[in-house]
Amino acid sequence: MATPLKRVRGLGAAHGGTETFWRQRLTAIANIPLVLFLIWSIVTHIGAGYDQVHDYLAQPIVALLLLALVISAAIHMRIGLKEIIEDYVHGGAKMVAILLATFFAAGIGLACVVALLKISLGS
Amino acid sequence: MSHAKPGVERPLSPHLQIYRPMLTMMMSIAHRISGVGNSVGFLLLTWWLVAVGAGSEAYEQVSSFFGSLGGRALLFLFSWSLIHHMLGGIRHLIWDTGHGLDKVSIEVFAWATIIGSTVLTVLVWLAGYWCKGAF
Repeated sequence: MATPLKRVRGLGAAHGGTETFWRQRLTAIANIPLVLFLIWSIVTHIGAGYDQVHDYLAQPIVALLLLALVISAAIHMRIGLKEIIEDYVHGGAKMVAILLATFFAAGIGLACVVALLKISLGS
Repeated sequence: MSHAKPGVERPLSPHLQIYRPMLTMMMSIAHRISGVGNSVGFLLLTWWLVAVGAGSEAYEQVSSFFGSLGGRALLFLFSWSLIHHMLGGIRHLIWDTGHGLDKVSIEVFAWATIIGSTVLTVLVWLAGYWCKGAF
């Protein structure tokens, strides 16, 4: 009697189990306090001068929270955009759209990380 | 094993246009729209952070845009979209536990997301401006 290994391991047809589902929830929960912090950071710094904003973002705790936010948000965004694309785009265009969504999420996530590190560590 | 012939028109399950629009359906769509809106807002955040990293000259340009009436309106919409998606997401997290799936609860959640997101967004902006000493 042969039992497919993927069924024994409970990974199902996608061979990935509930990994994406779980990652979406994990980043969603992380995003709740982090997004509130981001909104607060934005509304209290609109129209502020360069030095004030730079000094604010260079604080270790602010940098840490915003780095956590952009990484968590980029992962969450990539999962969400992929889910929407899979519902509305079909055929070869689907793959292209998912690739673009992935590059978009990784690209702006990394751009934010580099900017935050430069502000924190740079001259 | 039978193989599907390409080009054969198969019957499809009923889709959006078949159903009478309902609040809970609209909220499901709103959750996706706000998710995409948040992605666009993420670009604004990236622009802002990269400008601060690039130096005072680049920052002044971006800051004058965000400081304008249109810029502030855009940021207000971004924050509303974020909070709307957050409350909608919390609703989903509650559903994940198996609670709140009855007909009364889903209506309550829908209204709580609409009213809660609007009130919370306005409150955060008022508090932010109060903190900056605007009034």
